[in-house]
Amino acid sequence: MRRILRQRDWVIDPWRYPGEPAHETGGLIVPLAQLHTPSAHGLRHCGALGVQLAPADDAEQLGGELPRLSLVAVEFPNFSDGRGFTQVTVVRRLGFAGEVRAVGAGVKRDLLFLMARCGCDAFELAEGEDPQSALQALERYTVAYQKAEPLASVERVRFSA
Amino acid sequence: MYRYDALDQAFVEQRVAEFRDQTHRFLAGSLSEDEFKALRLRNGLYIQRHAPMLRIAIPYGLLSTRQLRALASITRRYDRGIGHVTTRQNLQLNWPKLAEVPDILAELAEVQMHAIQTSGNCVRNVTSDHFAGVAPDEIEDPRPYCELIRQWATLNPEFTYLPRKFKIAVSGSSEDRALIQAHDIGLRIRRDAGQPLGFEVWVGGGLGRQPILAQRVREFLPAEELFAYLEAVLRVYNRLGRRDNIHKARIKILVKTLGIERMRELIEQEWRSGRARSPRLAPEQIELMRAHFAPPPYETRADMDPTCGREAPFLAWHRYNTRAHRVSGYRAVFVSLKAHGHNPGDITAEQMEALADLADELSFGEVRTTHDQNLVLADVPQSELYRLWRRLRELELATANIGTLTDMIACPGLDFCSLANAGTLDVARDIQAHFDDLDYLYDLGPIELKMSGCMNACGHHHIGHIGILGVDKHGEQWYQITLGGAGNGRAALGEVIGPSVPQAQVATTLERIVEVYRDERTDGEYFIDTVRRIGIEPFKERVYATDLAAA
Repeated sequence: MRRILRQRDWVIDPWRYPGEPAHETGGLIVPLAQLHTPSAHGLRHCGALGVQLAPADDAEQLGGELPRLSLVAVEFPNFSDGRGFTQVTVVRRLGFAGEVRAVGAGVKRDLLFLMARCGCDAFELAEGEDPQSALQALERYTVAYQKAEPLASVERVRFSA
Repeated sequence: MYRYDALDQAFVEQRVAEFRDQTHRFLAGSLSEDEFKALRLRNGLYIQRHAPMLRIAIPYGLLSTRQLRALASITRRYDRGIGHVTTRQNLQLNWPKLAEVPDILAELAEVQMHAIQTSGNCVRNVTSDHFAGVAPDEIEDPRPYCELIRQWATLNPEFTYLPRKFKIAVSGSSEDRALIQAHDIGLRIRRDAGQPLGFEVWVGGGLGRQPILAQRVREFLPAEELFAYLEAVLRVYNRLGRRDNIHKARIKILVKTLGIERMRELIEQEWRSGRARSPRLAPEQIELMRAHFAPPPYETRADMDPTCGREAPFLAWHRYNTRAHRVSGYRAVFVSLKAHGHNPGDITAEQMEALADLADELSFGEVRTTHDQNLVLADVPQSELYRLWRRLRELELATANIGTLTDMIACPGLDFCSLANAGTLDVARDIQAHFDDLDYLYDLGPIELKMSGCMNACGHHHIGHIGILGVDKHGEQWYQITLGGAGNGRAALGEVIGPSVPQAQVATTLERIVEVYRDERTDGEYFIDTVRRIGIEPFKERVYATDLAAA
């Protein structure tokens, strides 16, 4: 049973990926490519639908799909590939109000604050990451120069849109 | 200059606390080498040949004397009493201890300084004209915009893990003293008649192993759109910049691959999509920032000739090491960090402290660093120049060689840097010794000599009138010479003149090169203009005509 950090709670993940056993109420997260292939098993699923972006995917392409999606997972494959930060920013800019989840081996406590500020509100922590320390890492800063999404602990910012 | 408010102060303190925790976890073995590397680089900390190297940010080169004294104290307590001014206006310490770096950063925070984003794949220190605010040819002071960009870029959540480093420079004068074409983004302030202030935007410049000059991507950007446009450029780069090959990851390669036309389309499209959510720079916000850079309380003074009746060395210093000021009765003064026999750009703790006293006394308490590794006192009354010169001379900070061959740029090279292939400091000493006659240097006129110890080009060798690049040949240090590069005005990349030469022959090679110039120059023609006029062939012929070793 996978647990994730969601809205600051350490909860059992109600979502599943293709190939994982179905929950009673859970949604399904499919890769972007399968969202466009009618024959993919993802579309025979009747519950909530989520999509996972790979680092090279263009988040703008999701525009028309967002209304039928309840979750967008953005991949941070390691500690240095920062394309996900732009993807998260673009997904929120497109008006998506559902869960934006950071996934991948780069979802480590020292990067969570940046992910949260771009608009992630859920984190599938990388293996070995301690949820308590991860939560604390989200509280490291009370100030920022740029505007921050609601989950971040930032109380004061310098520049706003 | 800019003074921190409560937000800025809280931010740097929280940043120090975060890095202290990260350093502690690394030393305790609970944070991996790779992850700590990414984190420490974004706090200015490299692991070098002998010890860690800490690169302290000096935003657009501006320091208060309080900050300079704090730097002196830090270099003395945590290092060996010497700092090194870099080509991006920062200050490097070469001998700090890893475990003490959080304490150094805490001391820096006490004087409104930091080392944030002076390395790593993120937006680096914003650089500018060292004569900002005092240059007679200035259109508008670039520093308020530099500071706004500094803040916007600081821990910007979207752009802190880019494909590669990202450097921004801003110029506010008709003459470009900020090397904007050598930057990932170069901004030239423009104010056309009847128009509000804005920027000409250049993109895709960078030196390194594949030097490319920036191209103009936008003729005019209204100031209020500055952040929105920067975000568009960075977003396109973060999405599309290569991450599979570190040598092809800079934005210059993306611009080269896509072409400037396509790059422009992508940026403009992203700008239109994103601008509503980008912070807009309101005129009031700009005014507030400009107030931080208001001119100091100049006294009403008439222009005078301070050289009248003075000795020849002072006359030479006045001519070479001081520059015109936009306010009458004042001069801007270069403090030469190029004394012969010393490492270019190095300054001792004692010199920093003495200079801080001088700046308090004679230049409104501010000191600037320059991209060619000198310091500047920007506001010195002409009537005080003689006194200043005598004091600087006692401090070995008055070598009257600014703009000449021995005012050379040199990276720290193999002696310190783990990237270097060859030493630069011994070569610099050789050149200083070989060209120790100031009158000979004056006869040669303005020559920009720039030297790098490897092709990463921290010494900007590509844009030197004469460039020297250290290379490793089967374990020996050799040096490749280029001619005709330039960073300011007519920017150009230098051309290699031929096979590299061994270390012992670099100075002789330079002598042959400048002798060709002396033979070929027309009346009053500068070195770079002769090179442009006659090309590199005559230089090549002379350099390789006879065995250098026999010379």
